[in-house]
Amino acid sequence: MNTTDALLAYVLRLGDTALVTGQRMIERVTGEPELEEELANANFALDYVGQARLFYAYAGELEGEGRGEDDFAYLRDSQAFRNLLIAEQPNGHFGDCIVRQFLFESFYVLQLEALAACGDRRLADIAARGVKEIRYHLRHATQWLVRLGDGTEESHRRVAGSLERYWRYTAEFFDGDDVDDVMRDAFGGPDLASLEPRWRETVAGGLREAMLSVPEDEAAQTGSRRGLHTEHLGYLVAEMQHLHRAHPGARW
Amino acid sequence: MVGVTEQQVRRWLAAVPDPEIPVLSITDLGIVRDVSVSGGVTVGLAPTYSGCPATEAIEASVIRALREKGVDDIRIERRLSPPWTTDWITEEGRARLREYGIAPPSQATGKHGLLHADRPAACPRCGATATTRVSEFGSTPCKAAYRCDDCLEPFEYFKCL
Repeated sequence: MNTTDALLAYVLRLGDTALVTGQRMIERVTGEPELEEELANANFALDYVGQARLFYAYAGELEGEGRGEDDFAYLRDSQAFRNLLIAEQPNGHFGDCIVRQFLFESFYVLQLEALAACGDRRLADIAARGVKEIRYHLRHATQWLVRLGDGTEESHRRVAGSLERYWRYTAEFFDGDDVDDVMRDAFGGPDLASLEPRWRETVAGGLREAMLSVPEDEAAQTGSRRGLHTEHLGYLVAEMQHLHRAHPGARW
Repeated sequence: MVGVTEQQVRRWLAAVPDPEIPVLSITDLGIVRDVSVSGGVTVGLAPTYSGCPATEAIEASVIRALREKGVDDIRIERRLSPPWTTDWITEEGRARLREYGIAPPSQATGKHGLLHADRPAACPRCGATATTRVSEFGSTPCKAAYRCDDCLEPFEYFKCL
């Protein structure tokens, strides 16, 4: 695989994960348990959609075929998306959303930190901008994780269930392929093997404080790098793209 | 148009308000990163957040402000690096925020702990230092809601980023 193709594939994966994460948050708008969380969630969704736009705009330039942000977001079928599987999982209850964000953002912060130091200037700039936002999101998710895990018997039981539910999608963070290899070797991007122990350390620390145990690693589900998604992505993409497909070329 | 100087352009930009906090100009906010007047006017702007909805509105108002001054050849470039930080809000901008009732960001940004939020130095109305956070998230992504424990007035705090 040549380096430009790998860079394009990598940037699209980042854009897809950011967009799908943002879309799941958008689904929760007006559904949060209190006003403060309503504002937090909407602001976080905005950060993710903003990051997706930066990644897609760059992908369009790398590809050089005239595609832009809207083409990537609205005019590809779900099979073409390469977002991480954890991002597309349905929202469930509030604790589910917190646990999903905690697990994913603990990884995403490390990934963006590594990218901010990579050899591709444009990607490094986008990552440096984004990591400041995700650190803040992660702080929010960690605070809630502790409050729920170390809260009542019921809240503990429920987030422990959330952890079981999402853990199987975390192995995929580190299940790199040739695209990740090129990013590491040609661009000085993240080395997934060295990120994993750091991720485990952050997660174990947060879980310990929340009185939760680290789940066993079994039955990991992977495949997004090859376009193998869970059944949930199709519904998400169909809803997200409906307006654009019903009114082709519509603009604000 | 010939003979526009960088200082002139900067002065004009100092009159362009931030659309969400209009008491601040875009230069107070520190988002005007560079101005070049060779071969048309180029303005480098740093977005505050990746998804800041004001980014496009700010770009449009910069173009409008410069057109009104007779500049036709305008280029706006986004500067993602280094990423914008509240440390770039000028002293004058901080004073204006306080007058407007918004507590300015209190400290130089560092790597915050995982669980600790920064907090305002003082109530912008009475100057008391004892304050209570009502909500970490406010009317815009950059602000939190606080209440003064002394005068009991609610106020907004511009968070450190």
